Amino acid sequence: MIHSLFMINSAGDIFMEKHWKSVISRSVCDYFFEEQQKANSPEDVNPVISTPHHYLIHIYRENIYFVAVCTTEVPPLFVIEFLHRVVDTFTDYFGDGGETAIKDNYVIVYELLEEMLDNGFPLATESNILKELIKPPNILRTVVNTVTGSSNLADTLPTGQLSNVPWRRAGVKYTNNEAYFDVIEEIDAIIDKQGSTVFADIQGVIDCCVKLSGMPDLTLSFMNPRILDDVSFHPCVRFKRWESERVLSFVPPDGNFRLISYHVGSQNMVAIPVYVKPNISFREGGGRFDVTVGPKQTMGKLVESVVITCAMPKVVLNMNLTPTQGTYTFDPVAKVLTWDVGKINPQKLPNLRGNISLQSGSPPPESNPAISVQFKIQQMAVSGLKVNRLDMYGESSPKKSFSFEKYKPFKGVKYLTKAGNFQVRT
Amino acid sequence: MTDSKYFTTTKKGEIFELKNELNSDKKEKKKEAVKKVIASMTVGKDVSALFPDVVNCMQTDNLELKKLVYLYLMNYAKSQPDMAIMAVNTFVKDCEDTNPLIRALAVRTMGCIRVDKITEYLCEPLRKCLKDEDPYVRKTAAVCVAKLHDINAQLVEDQGFLDQLRELLSDSNPMVVANAVAALSEISDTSPSPAAQMEMNQQTINKLLAALNECTEWGQIFILDALSNYVPKDDREAQSICERVTPRLAHSNAGVVLSAVKVLMKGMEYVGMESEFVTTLQKKLAPPLVTLLSSEPEVQYVALRNINLIVQKRPDILKHEMKVFFVKYNDPIYVKLEKLDIMIRLATQENIAQVLAELKEYATEVDVDFVRKSVRAIGRCAIKVEQAAERCVSTLLDLIQTKVNYVVQEAIVVIKDIFRKYPNKYESIISTLCENLESLDEPDARASMIWIVGEYAERIDNADELLESFLEGFHDESTQVQLQLLTAIVKLFLKKPTETQELVQQVLSLATQDSDNPDLRDRGYIYWRLLSTDPAAAKEVVLAEKPLISSETDRLEPTLLDELICYIASLASVYHKPPSAFVEGQALVVRKTQLPVRSASGEPGATGATESPVPQQVQPAQQQQSVIPSHDTAMGDLLGDLLSMDLNPPQQQMSMTPAPQQDMGGMDLLGGGLDSLLGGPSPVAGMPASQASMGGGLGDILGLGISSTTYVPPKQVWLPASKAKGLEVSGTFSIRQNVRYMDLTLKNNAMAPMGDFAIQFNKNSFGLSPASALQVPSPLSPGQTADVTLPLGTNGPVQKMDPLMNLQVAMKNNIDVFYFSCLIPIHLLFTEDGQMDRKVFLATWKDIPDSNEVQKEVANPNQLDPKGLSDKLQQSFIFTIAQRNVDGRDMLYQSLKLTNGIWVLAELKIQPRSPTMTLSLKTRALDVIPHVQQAYELIIANM
Repeated sequence: MIHSLFMINSAGDIFMEKHWKSVISRSVCDYFFEEQQKANSPEDVNPVISTPHHYLIHIYRENIYFVAVCTTEVPPLFVIEFLHRVVDTFTDYFGDGGETAIKDNYVIVYELLEEMLDNGFPLATESNILKELIKPPNILRTVVNTVTGSSNLADTLPTGQLSNVPWRRAGVKYTNNEAYFDVIEEIDAIIDKQGSTVFADIQGVIDCCVKLSGMPDLTLSFMNPRILDDVSFHPCVRFKRWESERVLSFVPPDGNFRLISYHVGSQNMVAIPVYVKPNISFREGGGRFDVTVGPKQTMGKLVESVVITCAMPKVVLNMNLTPTQGTYTFDPVAKVLTWDVGKINPQKLPNLRGNISLQSGSPPPESNPAISVQFKIQQMAVSGLKVNRLDMYGESSPKKSFSFEKYKPFKGVKYLTKAGNFQVRT
Repeated sequence: MTDSKYFTTTKKGEIFELKNELNSDKKEKKKEAVKKVIASMTVGKDVSALFPDVVNCMQTDNLELKKLVYLYLMNYAKSQPDMAIMAVNTFVKDCEDTNPLIRALAVRTMGCIRVDKITEYLCEPLRKCLKDEDPYVRKTAAVCVAKLHDINAQLVEDQGFLDQLRELLSDSNPMVVANAVAALSEISDTSPSPAAQMEMNQQTINKLLAALNECTEWGQIFILDALSNYVPKDDREAQSICERVTPRLAHSNAGVVLSAVKVLMKGMEYVGMESEFVTTLQKKLAPPLVTLLSSEPEVQYVALRNINLIVQKRPDILKHEMKVFFVKYNDPIYVKLEKLDIMIRLATQENIAQVLAELKEYATEVDVDFVRKSVRAIGRCAIKVEQAAERCVSTLLDLIQTKVNYVVQEAIVVIKDIFRKYPNKYESIISTLCENLESLDEPDARASMIWIVGEYAERIDNADELLESFLEGFHDESTQVQLQLLTAIVKLFLKKPTETQELVQQVLSLATQDSDNPDLRDRGYIYWRLLSTDPAAAKEVVLAEKPLISSETDRLEPTLLDELICYIASLASVYHKPPSAFVEGQALVVRKTQLPVRSASGEPGATGATESPVPQQVQPAQQQQSVIPSHDTAMGDLLGDLLSMDLNPPQQQMSMTPAPQQDMGGMDLLGGGLDSLLGGPSPVAGMPASQASMGGGLGDILGLGISSTTYVPPKQVWLPASKAKGLEVSGTFSIRQNVRYMDLTLKNNAMAPMGDFAIQFNKNSFGLSPASALQVPSPLSPGQTADVTLPLGTNGPVQKMDPLMNLQVAMKNNIDVFYFSCLIPIHLLFTEDGQMDRKVFLATWKDIPDSNEVQKEVANPNQLDPKGLSDKLQQSFIFTIAQRNVDGRDMLYQSLKLTNGIWVLAELKIQPRSPTMTLSLKTRALDVIPHVQQAYELIIANM
């Protein structure tokens, strides 16, 4: 299983190491550095590297390489998923998982790593349980701790770890009970030069914020559950009921969590909400850039937060453009053009046009750059998924059989569609 | 206020200062000090000097301080073992604490202190904790057993912890079960002793399946991996396991999903091939696999490597999902390359248009590696989908028009392959190719272009000029190009002898006299001699028709693929190598390697493989049909092979040109001869010469002393002296002491002594190859006869021959090279482990369709009784599984196995006092049947 973990920042410093078994010399990372040298960009380092005695499996997040070292045959996805979980936990605890956050909280980081893995076997990875064991830092607690000398390490047994619902801690109490559901869908698409869809699919998630006292039991049903034929559930969802009745029945974790994620495949037609009309041409020494964005199938909703980015070829020196709305920036080092469009007004389509200047003497690039688009559409789920109703039952007394009591909490459902990996070829 | 302050160092005497603080009376100060110590430790500073001071802080009620000290202990106990003993008492006390959290923490930490002396004290508390009333403590203790095993395996086995661990498999708490499984798998992975192996029976499986639904995601991965090692008893069990595992596909943890896929992929092998169950299951597998591709790039990469295996094994699963493999410009390069690979595997006539459009798009991207691979992919599509070849070629031509240097070069390399696949179809584009001659600067591209010019010299008016232009810088070219140029000019000469005589002489002298490269020199000499002795023969050799290249050259070998399918989700699946090839200290690799089922696995359910020290070489059912990769290509004659083809496994056929690595690996016969002439190790020698001669000699002695048990056909003359300048070769095949031999008699009928014998086999149906060099007493004087035995291996290159048992042999001596062919008696290939289990036999017999049964009357001249028959046949490795008597006739049920894993089942009906018997044979590979029948007749007749 996982033997050791090294964290390496973009400068190539190993700024944190943790060994769950015997200590492995950090020189093992040299193999990693070797691979890293070969890669063109930080993202391009192959995640599974084999060395004569160890296997290095890493993820790259927050500009840090999290390099796990294994000595035996191990499922690599297990390691990768675990590493992602580690970073997620850091983000959850410190607000972000970057190098500064980790260094600022190294004691907690070390304690967390110690709790998350035992001899390479995962121990406690649920954020609820971890938070019971190790309290996340906040300003108030830090002040109190310094004054009173107490620590953020809990003295109690994480009860949830042993129950049948390990994701939920016992004895939760709220004065205001509330449950919010966000249906968020991302469109991944490749659009070709002519504007036709090469590939499109939808990645959806339902993120919840549930703050309910006791042991609530929720049932969420949909108007059109048939859309969900490829789903991944949080462990709390009762799979049998989904199979038989197509409703989500579950005892939720406390706080924020992802209830399900789903995928609407490329076989179904995906409504593409925006179009981009690019017109980019290069000639000796320069070129023209002219891009227009417009709404397509938006079901009458407003397209907001539109951002267009375009990684220009290396020979581009500068760009001199005029937007009809929004602002644009061109990063002459990374050669990335970013145009923050904002909302799209269907009556007056946003347009960005102007000249490109190339390095003198170099030939014009062979191919045009691809454009990636970001946008958001509120109150719409592009797959058409709709929540029908949400029922809640709570256990008010320990004798559970007959004493289900209906909550009267606030509840709400929000829909959001945004661009995932949305690319337009030019 | 943050923890980063702990990282700041004071100017002087840091350790000294910390020491003072650690010994401070104030609790607060102590804790701060310990934190600083840990901080230094984390960044790799050596703070081990503070060991006694830190350990002193251990006896505290403060849980945080305790944990911090534990952290420190784990890190440094190894370097300070004597000091660590001081901590033992506190641990033992903590193991009895009323708080289960403390008990668990103590047992957990003790396991992490990798000091032998401490482990002794650990046993008692651990034993107690394994039976603790609290499941949290039990599950922690389970992992602790694995830790202890890692430190001292013998201790764990002696103390009976393994049995306790096995008991935990039936614990009431799913988390405990999961951890016990994880611990047991890790132990059995690292320990070779049979005691450490995890036994799986139906009961444990049921418990694991029950625990599967309720344990954590990580536990699910452990359990699924353990499940995949289990060999189900029958269809039904396999089906029920699959049914209970299927819901795991909807898990949000990618690791769980992929491990579940593994169980299902294996499970499907056990359920009937065409059953409806498999069809529906295949449908269910597609969505989760697709979903994996929308996760983080690292997850995508692992998923793609696995999908690569899955689409090779079961192409149906993802055949409609082509689009998800389309490349996005911001995918990391490792994802891009994998996607490309899978796109080609999924390419069919229906979707080829889409695929080509995509590939063309990719070929204009910026990343050079990716562009090259895209261009190569277009070529592979052309070879794979015949209907699309024309469009591929025109796409490639478009790309060549872009004049982007590396695109052009890559395109030329693949076009050469397209020519090989579809000869006389697209040669019209040669002129376009020739326009780009100057821009080629990479050896691959140059070599390919030269090959094209040479191959189609008669259609290119100025071929001689083109080749001549290359010749100017001959010595600066890489070996690959030099070899190619040599061959191309010889081809040109044979096609247009009048105009190019000068050119060919020039190149021959360049190759033979001015070059230090032995490969090049050898080839030069071969051509030279050929051209000077017999131009007609040279023409036949050099311009021999080449076999077409096959479309699936990049596929994994079926056996390897089947093995890797068992390792889905593991590192092996990422490397596409079996773990034995890269995992260190893997116990017995046999553990998971068997896909196979009914036809093969030892005793069902008894995990025979794990217990038997010798892995049974079992082959899965569907593999049997394809053991011999059938190249429906006309076999070029051996000579042609030697010269312009390779003697290598099929995957290298892609580049027909004798590229350097082929010369290195295969090494043509004359090169081999030359080597042995020089006294170096001969390329045909599997083992060092001395050992080989020992083996041979020993075989000889044994062969003389003990009459061989298996039937040995009398020697036949394979090569008459008239055809071999006086060398007469006669021979036969035999098995002695489980080693296969070719017994040869060489007779020198010529007037001069002979020497420097070497032998080489062509690829053959069963991969027979010489296991050592030919040891002939040298010189063989005129009139002298020498008996030689040549041990044979069965791991040589395989190619289906016609007739099946044909073996083409090349033998060389100081005079010349001679070629002859002989027939391998099939019983030479029967293996000693061909005895099938009764049940398996029965199941297999039923499983093989009746159409695969062939009956024949066989003579029984000596009218042997069943007992005598089965005894005799057993000596030739035909094993009798069962015998029964029906209506006065004796029935013998027999099995035999060939070296390449083909099983043949037989039923022999014996009529008392009748000179004939009825022999029914059943096998999946029908081709071998006539030969097996013949073997029966021969063996019985010679009893």
